[in-house]
Amino acid sequence: MKLELKGITKRFGSLVANDHIDLVVEPGQVHCLLGENGAGKSTLMNVLYGLYDPSDGEILIDGKPVVFKGPGDAMAAGIGMVHQHFMLIPVFTVAENVALGNEATKAAGFLNLDETRRKISEISKQYGFHVDPDALVEDLPVGVQQRVEIIKALVRDAEVLILDEPTAVLTPQETDELLDIIRQLKAAGKSIVFISHKLREVKEISDIITVIRRGKVVGSADPSASPTELASAMVGRAVSLTLEKKPAQPGEATFKVRDLTVVDHNGQHVVDGLSFDIAKGEVLAIAGVQGNGQTELTEAILGVQQHVTGSIILDDVELLGKSVKQVLSAGVGFVPEDRKIDGLVGTFSISENMILDLYDKAPFAQGIGMKPALIASHAEKKVEEFDVRTPSIDVAVGTLSGGNQQKVVLARELSRPLRLFIASQPTRGLDVGSIEFVHKRVIAERDNGTPVMIVSTELDEVLELADRIAVLYRGKLVGIVPAGTSRDVLGLMMAGVPEHEAELTAHKTLEGGTHV
Amino acid sequence: MSESNTPRQVNEVEAERSETLADEVVLDVALDTADGAMAPSVIPAASQGGQIPHAAGGSVFRQIVTGNAMVSVLSVLLAIVLGGILMAVTNPKVAETAGYFFAQPGDMLTEVFRPYVALVQGAIFNWTGADAAAQLYPITETLTVSAPLILAGLGVALAFRAGLFNIGAQGQIIFGALFGAYVGFTWHMPFPIHLLLVIVAGFIGGAVWGGIVGLLKARTGAHEVIVTIMLNYIANFLLLFLLTTPAFQRKGSTNPISPFLDQSALFPELLGPQFRLHAGFLLAVLATVFVWWLLKRSTLGFEFRAVGANQSAARTAGINVPRAVILVMAIAGALAGLAGIAQVSGTEKYLSGGVAASIGFDAITVALLGRSTPWGTFFAGLLFGAFRAGGVAMQAQTQTPIDIVLVIQSLIVLFIAAPPLVRAIFGLNPRKKKKAAGGPGSGTRPSGKIESGAATA
Repeated sequence: MKLELKGITKRFGSLVANDHIDLVVEPGQVHCLLGENGAGKSTLMNVLYGLYDPSDGEILIDGKPVVFKGPGDAMAAGIGMVHQHFMLIPVFTVAENVALGNEATKAAGFLNLDETRRKISEISKQYGFHVDPDALVEDLPVGVQQRVEIIKALVRDAEVLILDEPTAVLTPQETDELLDIIRQLKAAGKSIVFISHKLREVKEISDIITVIRRGKVVGSADPSASPTELASAMVGRAVSLTLEKKPAQPGEATFKVRDLTVVDHNGQHVVDGLSFDIAKGEVLAIAGVQGNGQTELTEAILGVQQHVTGSIILDDVELLGKSVKQVLSAGVGFVPEDRKIDGLVGTFSISENMILDLYDKAPFAQGIGMKPALIASHAEKKVEEFDVRTPSIDVAVGTLSGGNQQKVVLARELSRPLRLFIASQPTRGLDVGSIEFVHKRVIAERDNGTPVMIVSTELDEVLELADRIAVLYRGKLVGIVPAGTSRDVLGLMMAGVPEHEAELTAHKTLEGGTHV
Repeated sequence: MSESNTPRQVNEVEAERSETLADEVVLDVALDTADGAMAPSVIPAASQGGQIPHAAGGSVFRQIVTGNAMVSVLSVLLAIVLGGILMAVTNPKVAETAGYFFAQPGDMLTEVFRPYVALVQGAIFNWTGADAAAQLYPITETLTVSAPLILAGLGVALAFRAGLFNIGAQGQIIFGALFGAYVGFTWHMPFPIHLLLVIVAGFIGGAVWGGIVGLLKARTGAHEVIVTIMLNYIANFLLLFLLTTPAFQRKGSTNPISPFLDQSALFPELLGPQFRLHAGFLLAVLATVFVWWLLKRSTLGFEFRAVGANQSAARTAGINVPRAVILVMAIAGALAGLAGIAQVSGTEKYLSGGVAASIGFDAITVALLGRSTPWGTFFAGLLFGAFRAGGVAMQAQTQTPIDIVLVIQSLIVLFIAAPPLVRAIFGLNPRKKKKAAGGPGSGTRPSGKIESGAATA
């Protein structure tokens, strides 16, 4: 099946999200859409999937124009979509989830899942999915849940599969498995539209790359193009993908965590006996797949977690048991993992957000009166210094782009003398340009002699920033390894394989020559 | 908003949306963007994934209580028009004059507009009055009636801003009145001191009753709506019971009313004895200024607003959320308590079972209409005061039942609670415009290979 998009335009009011986009997806081809967040990739795919009406342009299947009124039409035409966030019902079994939407029934309206089960087994066998039709979705690892989504599309005879940022939630190993699956699907004659902003995967899997910037196709590229070229095309200016930094000059270890354990409301040890030190002028990166205790670890340090035992020492002072305000006052700068939920008040202006945790401190307040003029001049200065792109300091921070929002958080947290700097997912959802900026700032803070703790699920980021890497798995420390550790070893450690074993395995794989 | 250095498309969205009076939508663009992992995209989150707009409960609440002023104004307009139609339809005289509408259309129109004319006459200026005093009497009545509405409305609005739905103004007014009246008729002191003590007592009474709500919410997570409703009942029946006890009941009376407050405990009349207007109105003005200062200029108000807008961010920034909840409810209750003082020390001069009338509930409407801003609440309170004062005159002059005022008030709330409906009626719905915008447009179609080594500068 050949899919063609001709001059697709999608407007939201005066905003043009897609501007005359042409795209041809040939059968048996992996077509990658590369672009930054907000470039219009998802909008285009939502048009293709029938979720949006295009303002202009047409969709052709095998040369014939089609109109999709909704996802149902798109599915019937052979288009399947795997969303970034799975559309699965956790308490249903795999078969029930797959059947959902076109359930077969027996007499008297009873559900007939046998046919679905048979199809799932068939597809599983064909592509080596190893999915049990009767498993509950909530019990499955993320990677397998994603396969269920793919099965859902395949059961409906999809010829074109759209994968929207499929690797965002996967470990490096799961990503490799997914790429294998994509190759098999391609071999079976399916077309794949692969949406991503991760250059490595894109280069590895695609047959053709279309780069989208600000709603327009800015060109197509060959997978053999260098990452720098791809990144530059995506951003629209030259970017450097490697961070220039001097070797760390670690000083005295002023931040010490001992036997830190956090128990959640289910009685699970979400952080389990962690001990580590961070020295002045050093970046310790906490690596791990999302949901392995990173959130709880940072929140325990900040003082918003309950049921925490152990010890957290900063400059010989115990932080555990202190209020958030006391912890911040002790000189902890904290960039939360979700800036929109924990980092910023979206309806507040930029200047108010710049003092969100300094609002009651001199010089911004005297007694309980605040000093609007000082607050404004502080915001002006910081906006300038951190290059926050905004028409004014009075606009609601929620209207800024993710990169600019993150700059506001950073500007605030770095605007006071720090004794410890913690940043969780500091570049999540940011474009290449902003990532560059944030990383430079983090390293600058390190070079100031501040102990820095970076929590990231992005291996690239960990490798770029870290002086040492601590890998978390199910709340436990798998090991702390030096910065130069290979991607494969780290990947295995993120899956819970101890350090020495991971090194052996990685070594073997390399010798066997099966790994790229 | 200047377009000159708007670097991001998001801002363009905002500029465009505010033109179409859809401020609420902008909030969604910004805040509800798919998920934490994504930057706010250029597309309104509501339209991403084709979901119903404003699906999240919290943001709907925020929109309704702090949405833009235009919806308020249009809601009032709509309610007045609908109220007018209702009065016209139910008025037999209108039907009568409609019979000869084409002969003398003026008759019917006069009949249709008569109630509203009477309303204005009773609320603002009575041009048929014999002397200046009679002509100005209506506006002073409006100010008198609006004082407790403004005070209690401020209490509700302040709690709204901290994300709390304070249904309990009624109970808080009663407690303020109870404390204040007790000080007013049992203690005997010279004028300014006595009045000040009464005010302080009312402040404390309301603060206690509101503070209980905050305490329960902060410590046990009890929902403030349920707690305040129940506390309203308790306050109401406690008042009725106390008025039958010797400590509160007027000597020699079998009615459940208290003794008159001492003259020294009353608000001075502002314009002499022929008007009811008293200094309670000045208290309302001062309270409005205070709440404005609290929200805009104080660290406490910053905390309240942060807690109301994003509790997790507030907590992460070191704000003590439980403390803020308790404090904001205490201050909200205190403001409502002052409304009770405006009643007992100003308008009523004694305590009775009906001291709070329906002020506590009207206050919710006032705060909603005022978009939870101090000055918005002030003017909404004036408007409702005008409805109240004018409604009485309207009933007397045109036999239109005063209940129609309640209908109009209810319609206002109904429209405020459904901003998309108001926008649709006035053709301001941004969603409708999408299809209109467009046209073929022959933009350049960029294509071409990225040549290796030709990275852009």
